[in-house]
Amino acid sequence: MQLELGNILVKDVQWGSRSEIRKGVVYVNRQELLDTLKDDRLARIDIDIVRPGDAVRICPVKDVLEPRVKVEGKGQVFPGFFGNAEMVGSGKTNVLKGMTVLTVGKIVGFQEGIIDMSGSGAEYTPFSRTINLVLLCDQADGLPQHEHEEAVRMAGLKATRYISQLAANVTPDESVTFATKPLAQQMAEFSGLPKVAYVYMLQTQGLMHDTYLYGLDVKKILPTFLYPTEVMDGAVISGNCVSACDKNTTYHHMNNPVIADLLARHGQDLNFIGVVATNENVTLLDKERSSNFTAKLVESLGVEGVIISEEGFGNPDADLIMNCRKIEALGIKTILITDEYAGRDGASQSLADGNPLANAVVSGGNANAVIELPPMPKVIGYIDAVEIIAGGFDGALKKDGSITVEIQAITGATNELGFNRMGALEF
Amino acid sequence: MASIRVVHYLNQFFGQIGGEEKADIVPFSKEGPVGPGTALVQALDGDMEIVGTVICGDTYFNENLEAATEKVIALIAGFRPDLLIAGPAFNAGRYGMACGAVCTAVQERLKIPVVTGMYEENPGADMYKKQIYIVKTGNSAAQMRKAIPALARLAGKLARGEVMGSPAEEGYLARGIRRNVFHEQRGSARAVAMLLKKLQGEPFDTEYPMPVFDRVTPRPAIKDLSKAKIALVTSGGIVPKGNPDRIESSSASKFGRYDLSGINDLDENTFETAHGGYDPVYANQDADRVLPVDVMRQLEKEGVIGRLHNIYYATVGNGTSVANAKKYAHAIGEELKQEKVDGIILTST
Repeated sequence: MQLELGNILVKDVQWGSRSEIRKGVVYVNRQELLDTLKDDRLARIDIDIVRPGDAVRICPVKDVLEPRVKVEGKGQVFPGFFGNAEMVGSGKTNVLKGMTVLTVGKIVGFQEGIIDMSGSGAEYTPFSRTINLVLLCDQADGLPQHEHEEAVRMAGLKATRYISQLAANVTPDESVTFATKPLAQQMAEFSGLPKVAYVYMLQTQGLMHDTYLYGLDVKKILPTFLYPTEVMDGAVISGNCVSACDKNTTYHHMNNPVIADLLARHGQDLNFIGVVATNENVTLLDKERSSNFTAKLVESLGVEGVIISEEGFGNPDADLIMNCRKIEALGIKTILITDEYAGRDGASQSLADGNPLANAVVSGGNANAVIELPPMPKVIGYIDAVEIIAGGFDGALKKDGSITVEIQAITGATNELGFNRMGALEF
Repeated sequence: MASIRVVHYLNQFFGQIGGEEKADIVPFSKEGPVGPGTALVQALDGDMEIVGTVICGDTYFNENLEAATEKVIALIAGFRPDLLIAGPAFNAGRYGMACGAVCTAVQERLKIPVVTGMYEENPGADMYKKQIYIVKTGNSAAQMRKAIPALARLAGKLARGEVMGSPAEEGYLARGIRRNVFHEQRGSARAVAMLLKKLQGEPFDTEYPMPVFDRVTPRPAIKDLSKAKIALVTSGGIVPKGNPDRIESSSASKFGRYDLSGINDLDENTFETAHGGYDPVYANQDADRVLPVDVMRQLEKEGVIGRLHNIYYATVGNGTSVANAKKYAHAIGEELKQEKVDGIILTST
């Protein structure tokens, strides 16, 4: 399967009388976009544009997405939500690089996050470095939580699709091609290079903890095989905010750095066979079943090593360690990517489960570390939420608008796909 | 002009009193540097001066721990120091224990920075590395020339309150504190590099060595449940509606105790969950799903259990550090013990 990603480098996003892209600037007809998003379940939708360096705080953030559109090849981006679950990952896809669509609104659960576009918090989130089209979506009165989550999720997908379609006929500034072959052929390639796979753990613990694969709730899957390029076309989307710091937003999935970095060395230092997507369900039986299937699938791929990425923490630490233990037991080497909850002082143990076989771990950082965020003149969303979101606490919000929180409240801060440079080390 | 007053702690051997035959010598002090102190003075920054040296026999110190510590602290305090340097002790076990104990006590009581040096297998290193900075040295005094500059460098940093770098950068023994840093490469690239090393059988450094987990031995079974007082304790975040104690949705800083007198059933008007780590909808509809008060009352009525303790305890397990969880468990356990509770049902999520 071969996919060419054509990056259109976005210089700015501005309001315009017509939605279009001219010379790298994305113009958006605000009213037309609002009309596209109409949904009885949403009482209010507002749209704003924020840029790197702005004195703006966004909270509570639900998801972040990247506009991508199929130019050639089967299917549509976000398959299963659009375009009838046609298989994606081949042909050509245009990407609006440097911008995102970001959803914010009244809190659904406890897990939504903060994004600061400048100040001390900005360096912890990748989305302080992108131009963000921010959708503020508030639910209709009395809307149950599950529908609230779905309505906002769909608004994000629809807005992203609307923007992405503007890029369908634009010539990309740069393009890069990724290719892996069907299993038997890929196995025969690159003789002498170690064969490796990627075990992609997806959060599936219920409301605000769900992920979708081709539109299917991943709670309900058995571990399954994906070509690396499928993910680049939005085959996996987020319906969750575990804690904001280690939730994989849809943007993270589309730009999965493990896949990117394995492909970067594909044919040079290793032979990247493919991706095993698995879930993180809540019951022990589900955990055992999924980790057994994952290990079996990895074994059947004939690989010598895997990278396993976790999503979330605590309960999923059990899934992470089960996957590690069962795959290592087959003589296949594992590398784990996780983050840590070592307490505010960093002196506590970091994971809820462990095993001596888990001897190769990459850390996304200690999510309990505390940070002071300065007051921001402009807030998009509802700042009171910082007292109840994961990482916040009673008294987190000061009178002057400054905030003291654990970095777990910052969207993407300790990402477990290894998206960031931050990590924790022992001092 | 020296402005930072340093005191140096040595044992009988490095204090130039004698070998094992003098190991029971009681603490005493001398003005200025002694033995390795003279080399240390050369290595220390110009504004740091060793104003005095306190010497104690290793046997005396280890056999009279409390009295020796008191005497040593008094002698050190007499010099009105800004910083204490002890050793280095290399692989000398009793000397290492003494250096660790003196440093820890001085740090705590005199509130000044302290630093010592040891070989990493010195028993004193394992015992004290979490409390104090211990410069990593070789295993014998033959390594003195290498140890002194490292010790002096760290002493200077500590005296000035400068930001301390990583153990690898600064040469001290890791203290078990997880701190965030920004690496050169993003995590995924570090993972790929580590994978290639592991596949090729090359050495690699994990970023998080696995901790050793506690295992709790189960108590013997309750002989007669029908006379037993049973309590409910949950980490599932079930609190009276409105979360009166404002228990955090993640990384809880506290636990709550709540009255169950006269309550036979939890419902959506009176109880809810504060927990941010699972789908709260079903717990909010009926909190008995996490804290089974209804079932416990039924068992009480049927005489299966003696009675349900009228106070239940709740915290949020989500993102809460193990150290904090342990602290709450000990506090809750103490209270339940005083209330003569026979058994506890622990529920999570």
